[in-house]
Amino acid sequence: MTMTSVPLSWYLILSAVLFTLGVAGFLFRRNIITVFMSIELMLNAVNLSFVAFSYQWRQVDGHVYTFFVMVVAAAEAAVGLAIILTVFKNRATLQIDDVDSMKN
Amino acid sequence: MDVILFLLFAAIAVACGVNLVVQKHPIASALSLVGVMGSLAVLYLLLGAEFIAAAQVIVYAGAIMVLFLFVIMLLNAGGEPKTPGKSRMAGLLGIPLMAVLLGLLSYLVQRALPKPAGVTFGAFTGGKPYDVGKAIFTEYMLPFEITSVLILIAILGAIVLARKEID
Repeated sequence: MTMTSVPLSWYLILSAVLFTLGVAGFLFRRNIITVFMSIELMLNAVNLSFVAFSYQWRQVDGHVYTFFVMVVAAAEAAVGLAIILTVFKNRATLQIDDVDSMKN
Repeated sequence: MDVILFLLFAAIAVACGVNLVVQKHPIASALSLVGVMGSLAVLYLLLGAEFIAAAQVIVYAGAIMVLFLFVIMLLNAGGEPKTPGKSRMAGLLGIPLMAVLLGLLSYLVQRALPKPAGVTFGAFTGGKPYDVGKAIFTEYMLPFEITSVLILIAILGAIVLARKEID
């Protein structure tokens, strides 16, 4: 390995770190929009893994999966933000602790 | 050069990711997420994924984040009330211990995996729009068509959820 190339594992480690940050944001934040953005961060981390493995195997399939993940993420963002709008309209709050109708 | 570019944009991505999690205001978090997506687009380019890098900027950093910012501004979402931490010990030890765990795991992964040839810019040229399009419209035709139905359902769902009640 010459110094002009980056080990593949570095990309995977970066992906893991970003995914962990997304999980942390998902678990610890209380603002529903920030929680939603943490999910997007996790999706991006997984995309990086897909593209890195695609490079490793010299095949384009990983790119196609990433493309589909992007499409699903766009659909998910549209529906999720519509749900957030509805929640805010009905409850006038964005704190996930205050939305607990289905608790108990 | 590859190493420098990777380290630079990986550092930007991680810094923006940390900023996303710790910022109090959603707008700051959204801008950090744009930073993460932009630096990931550069990393995709380094990996030879030209089409995905362009789609990342257009779809993620463009469309999805505009949607997020729009909703944040529409709802005038302010910061969240500070929740007192349960334990001082956890606050002090958490981040160093997490760094140790991540470092150890990275080291073990590096050790355990066989050493493949590293990632060099330009070594893989199969990520052009031509190649991705060919794969999508031949091998992945059915999933592609199903996604179009999914998007239609998502559009309808978003309209139904977000419309004003019409009496």
